[in-house]
Amino acid sequence: MTEQRRAPAATPPSISFRPSGPPMAFLQDSQKSKDPRRTLRRLWVYLQRQRLILIFTALIVIVTSILDLLGPYLMGLAIDTYISKSDLPGLARLLGWMVAAYILASAGTWLQTYLMAGVAQRAVRDMRTDLFARLQTLPLRFFDQRAHGDIMSRLTNDVENISNILATNASQLIANVLGLVGVVIIMFILNVPLAIVSLVVMPLTFFITRAIAKRTRAGFRQTQQALGELNGIIEENITGERVVLAFVREAATTEQFSTVNRRLQKVALRARVFTSFMGPLMNMVNNLGLAVVACTGGWLAVQALATVGEIASFINYAGRLGRPLNMIAQLFTSFQAALAGAERFFELLDETPENDTASALSIDHISGHIRLSEVFFGYEAGVPVLKNVSLEAAPGQTIALVGPTGAGKTTIANLLTRFYDIQGGKIEMDGQDVANVKKEDLRRKIGLVLQDNFLFAATVMENIRYGRLDASDDEVRAAAKIANADAFIHRLPHGYQTMLSERGSNLSQGQRQLLAIARAILSDPDILILDEATSNVDTRTEKHLQEALLRLMKGRTSFVIAHRLSTIRDADQVLVINGGEIIERGTHHSLLAQKGFYHHLYMSQFKGQAI
Amino acid sequence: MNAGVKLTKFLKPYWRWVLIAPLLMTLEVAMDLMQPRMVERIVDEGIARLDLNLVLQTGLLMFGLAVIGALGGMSNGIFAELAVQAVGADLREALFRQVQTFSFGNLDELETGQLITRLTNDVTQVQEALLMILRVLVRSPLLLVGSLIMAIITSPQLAFLLLILMPIELAAVVWIVKKATPLYTIVQEKLDALNEVMQENLAGVRVVKAFVRAQHEETRFGQANTNLTEQSVQAARMVAVMPAFVMLTINLGIVGVLWFGGVQFTFGNMQLGQIIAFVNYLVMTLFSLMMVSQLVIQLARAEASAKRIQEVLESQPKVQNRPAALSDFQPKGRVVFENVTFNYDGQDSDPVLKGVSFVAEPGQTVALLGTTGAGKSSLVHLIPRFYDVTSGRVTIDGRDVRDIDQSVLRRNIGVALQEAVLFSGSIRDNIRYGHPDAPDDEVIAAAQAAQAHEFIQSMPEDYDTQLGQRGVNLSGGQKQRIAIARALLLKPVILILDDSTSAVDVETETKIQAALEGIMQNRTSPSATLRTSFVIAQRISTVLTADKILVLDDGQIAAEGTHRELLANSPIYREIYDSQLGNGVHHD
Repeated sequence: MTEQRRAPAATPPSISFRPSGPPMAFLQDSQKSKDPRRTLRRLWVYLQRQRLILIFTALIVIVTSILDLLGPYLMGLAIDTYISKSDLPGLARLLGWMVAAYILASAGTWLQTYLMAGVAQRAVRDMRTDLFARLQTLPLRFFDQRAHGDIMSRLTNDVENISNILATNASQLIANVLGLVGVVIIMFILNVPLAIVSLVVMPLTFFITRAIAKRTRAGFRQTQQALGELNGIIEENITGERVVLAFVREAATTEQFSTVNRRLQKVALRARVFTSFMGPLMNMVNNLGLAVVACTGGWLAVQALATVGEIASFINYAGRLGRPLNMIAQLFTSFQAALAGAERFFELLDETPENDTASALSIDHISGHIRLSEVFFGYEAGVPVLKNVSLEAAPGQTIALVGPTGAGKTTIANLLTRFYDIQGGKIEMDGQDVANVKKEDLRRKIGLVLQDNFLFAATVMENIRYGRLDASDDEVRAAAKIANADAFIHRLPHGYQTMLSERGSNLSQGQRQLLAIARAILSDPDILILDEATSNVDTRTEKHLQEALLRLMKGRTSFVIAHRLSTIRDADQVLVINGGEIIERGTHHSLLAQKGFYHHLYMSQFKGQAI
Repeated sequence: MNAGVKLTKFLKPYWRWVLIAPLLMTLEVAMDLMQPRMVERIVDEGIARLDLNLVLQTGLLMFGLAVIGALGGMSNGIFAELAVQAVGADLREALFRQVQTFSFGNLDELETGQLITRLTNDVTQVQEALLMILRVLVRSPLLLVGSLIMAIITSPQLAFLLLILMPIELAAVVWIVKKATPLYTIVQEKLDALNEVMQENLAGVRVVKAFVRAQHEETRFGQANTNLTEQSVQAARMVAVMPAFVMLTINLGIVGVLWFGGVQFTFGNMQLGQIIAFVNYLVMTLFSLMMVSQLVIQLARAEASAKRIQEVLESQPKVQNRPAALSDFQPKGRVVFENVTFNYDGQDSDPVLKGVSFVAEPGQTVALLGTTGAGKSSLVHLIPRFYDVTSGRVTIDGRDVRDIDQSVLRRNIGVALQEAVLFSGSIRDNIRYGHPDAPDDEVIAAAQAAQAHEFIQSMPEDYDTQLGQRGVNLSGGQKQRIAIARALLLKPVILILDDSTSAVDVETETKIQAALEGIMQNRTSPSATLRTSFVIAQRISTVLTADKILVLDDGQIAAEGTHRELLANSPIYREIYDSQLGNGVHHD
C-alpha cells in the first residue's frame, strides 16, 4: 500500500463531465452548430421510434396552450359580461367553466412533461447505446489518438444537453410559439387597432436580442478559450504538483495561473454583462408595450370604440407577449448549444469502424507457424517504425525480441493482433495471410500479457474469467494455480471475491501481472505475446512470474519482449531489433559469438561477469 | 449554510458592489410593482371616467418607470457580475495558492482529480449561487413581499385568498423537493456507474479487443444505460408535478379573485380596476413564491460546493518551515539517517521505515534495493522533506533537514521521481524547469548526460519541440531521460533518482550511468565538490558500481555494502541477483 501511493493517479478525471448542477450555459455551451438542419433530421430518427407518443404529446401541448390562452379572454368576459353587470349566477357558471379549463390545462401540462420525459430519456438511451456499440468497432488507432476525456464528454455532457432540449425545451418552445401565435390571433379577433398597437413593440425585442447576441458571441468565444487554457494549467500543474514542489516552482506556477485567471475574469465579465442586459431590456420593452396599449385603449374607450373589459383583457394579453418572447430567445440559445453537442455526438458516430473485408475467413486453430515477410509499418506517415522486417517462427517456438526502447518491439505485437494494419509486406499464420482473416478470430487465438495489465473494477474471479466467459469457478481457480496466482489470491481479504479497485490498483504490479497471466491461461491461446518489463516486482513474485510464464509458453509459439537473461538464453530464436530493423538474429550463443550489437548489449549489462 | 458563510470573507473587498447591486434591483422591482397599479389607475380613473389626459399622463409615467426599471436592472447586472467574476477569480487563486503550499502528504489525502474539481466545478457553483443572490434572490423575495403588500393595499377584502393559497403552494413545493432530491442522488449514482463502464472500455480497449469482448461490454453498458434511463425518467416525472401544480394554484386563485371580487363589486365595495390589479398582484406573489423556493434549492447545492472549497482552504500543509529555518545553506552533501522511523499520516500499522541508520559521504553513490513496499521511495523522500520523519532525524552536513528552509533545501537536491511528469512547453523549458535562466550549453550538457540529446535532436524542432499536456508525445523512456536531465541541470549537491530508469532499456541505462559517474565526480567542474547520489532501482545492473548498496526489507536495512561484499555476505542480495542476472528459474 505504501510504495504504491507514490504513483499519482494515471489519468485524473476530466473536468466537466459531471452535470450535477444548473447547466453552466454561459461558460461552456456557447458554440454554434454547423449544420443544424441535418443534425435535427438525425435526431428525429431517434425520436420517430416513439412517433405515436410524440403526436399525442403535441396534441396535448396544443390543447393546453389553447386553454392557457382562453384564460385572459375568459377573465375579460367575466369582468365585462358578468361582474360589471353584477350577474353573479352568470359569473358562477363562467367561473365553473374556467375552473374546469384550468384543471384540464394543468393536467395537460403535467401529462406532457410526464410523457416527454420518457420520450427524451429513451431517445437518449438509444443514442448512447449506438455510440457505445460504434466505439466497440473502432480501430485502436482511434483510441490512441483521441483524448479519453473528449470521448467521455461526448457521451455524457453532449448527450445530457440533448436530452434536456428534447425533454423540456422542445415542448416549451412549441408551447411558447403557440402561445405567442394564439395571443396575437386573439388580440386581432378582439380588437384590430389595439392589436396592431400591441404588436408595434415586438420588432423592438428582436432588435435587442440580435444586438446583444452579436456583442456576446465573440465574448463567449474568448471566455471559452480562456477557460480552456486555465483548465489546462490547473490540470497539468495539480497533477504534477509534486514536481512543482520538488523544483521549487510554486511562485512561478502561481504567476502563470494568475495571468490567465485575470484574463478569464475580464472576458467573462464582458460577455456575461451584456447577456444580463437582456432580461431588464425585455422587461422594459414589455412595460413600454403595456403603456402604449393602455393609452391607446384609453383613447379608444373615450371614443367608445372599446369597452373597459376589452381593454383589461387586452392589457392582460399584451403582458403575455413579453414572457414567451423572452423564453423563445433563451430557448433558442440553449437549443443552439444543444445542437452543437448533438453534432459532436454524431461526429463520433460517423467514425469508420474496422470492418473485416467481405471475404474474410474464419480460423479455428492456429498451430503457430508465423511468418513476417518484409513488413513495413509506421504509426504516422513518413515515420516508419518497422522497416523490412522478416522473421519466421515454427509452432511452439519461443522468439525473444531484444533491443533499445522505441525500436519497434511492441509494434510487432500490435501488428500480429491486427490492432494496426501493416503498410507493406505480409504477415502469415499457418500460411494464411492475416489480412484475409477475421480480426476477431485472430485475436481470440492470440494471448497478450503486456507491461500495463489492465484489470477491471470487479472481483478477482470475474477478472480472470474475462479470458473465457463461460469458464466455471473451478476452471478459473485452476488457471490461477498454473499462473502461481492462487496463493496470493487466497491471502487477499476476500479471496477470489475480493473487489479490485479501478484498474486493479489495490494490487502490486507483480500481482497484476500474475492475474493477467491467469486470464491468458484461461483463454487458452494458440499464440502468445509477452512483455517481460518488470519494474516494481519483488524477488519472490519475480520467481513466481518466471515459472508462470514458462508454463504459459509451453507448446505455444511465443513472442517475448525479453528483459531477463534466462528468457533470452532459453529462447529458440533471438531477434535483435534496432531502428525498426532486425539487425541480428540467432540463438543467444551464436549471437555472442558474432561479437556484434548483441554482444555489446550483453557485455554492458554484465560488465564481464561470467555467463 | 456554514461553509457558505465562511466564504463571505471573499466578498469583503467588493462590499460596495455587493451592496449596490441589490439596491439597484430594488429599483427594478419597485418599478415592476407599480405597474399593475398604473394599469389600475388607467382603467378605473382614466377610462372609466373617460379622462384621456389622465390616461396619457399615467401612460407616460408607466413608460418612464419602465425605463428607470430597466436602468436599474441593467446596472444591477453590471455590479453583480463585477462582484461575481472578481470573487470567482479570487477564489480560484486562493485555492491554487493553497495547493502550492501543500506537501506530498496533503496531495496524498486530496486526490488530484478531486482537487481539480474543486478549483473548477465547485468554484463555478459558488459563483452562480452568488450571482443568483445578487440578482435574483433579491428580486424574488422583494417581489414577493412587495406584491403581497400591494395586493393587500389594493384590496384588503380579498387578501385572505393569499393566506390560503400561499401555504398550499409552499407545502407542495417542499413535498416535491423532498421526494425529488433523493431521486436525483440516485440518478447521479447511475451516471457514475455508466461513466465507469465507459472509462474502463476506453482505458482497457486493448484488453477488450484482445479478448474479443465487445458483446459482453455492450451488455454491461446496456444494463447501466437502462438503469440510468429509468431513474432519470422517474426523477424528471416527479419534478414535473411542480409547475403544473403551481399554475393550478395560481389559476384557481384567479378564479377566487373573480368570484369574491365580483361579489364585492355588487356590494359596491370594489371597482373593476381593483379586481384586475389584484389578479396581477396575486399572480406575482404566488409566482415569486415558487421562484424563491427554487432558489433555496440552488443555494443548497452551492453550499455543498462551498464546503468542499473550505476544506481545501483550511488544510494545513503537513511539512512546514520552522520559525528559525536556515536560509543560507551550502551543503557538501553528507547525508546521515539517525535511527529514522517513518510512517504515513493516519497509518497505525507497521511503520514503513523502522530505525534506519546509515551514512552517505559526499560524492558517494548509494543504491537502494528491495521488495515493493520495503520503503525505498519513502526513505529518499525524507531527504528533501517531502515528508517528515516520525522519529529520529535526517541530517545534511550535520544539520537536521527540518531546520532548513524548504525552498533552499530543495534547490540543492535534484529529484527524478518515479513517474516522469513533464509540462507543456518546449523540451528546453522542461529541462530548465528548475533553473529557467540556465544557458543553452548547460541544457545540452544535462541532456547529453541523461542520454537524451540524441533523440531530442531527432525531433522536428530539436530542443524547441513543444510537448503536449504532460509531455504526451514522448515514450516513457524518453520522458524519464528528460526528467533526469531536468534534475541534473540543477547541478545539485544531492541527486535522487527514484526508479527512474525502469522504462529505459539496459543499454541506455548503462550509458546514463556512465555519464552520471562523470557528473557526480565532477570531472567537468572547476570546484572540487563531490555530489552524493541516491539511486533506487530494481535492476541489479544499475547498482553494480554503487559505492554503497542498501538492501531494504520490510522497512529495515537488511544488508549494506558494495556489490562484492553483498554477493559474499547477503543471502537476500544473492537471491535478487540470481533471479535477474543468474540462471533464473529452471524448467520443470
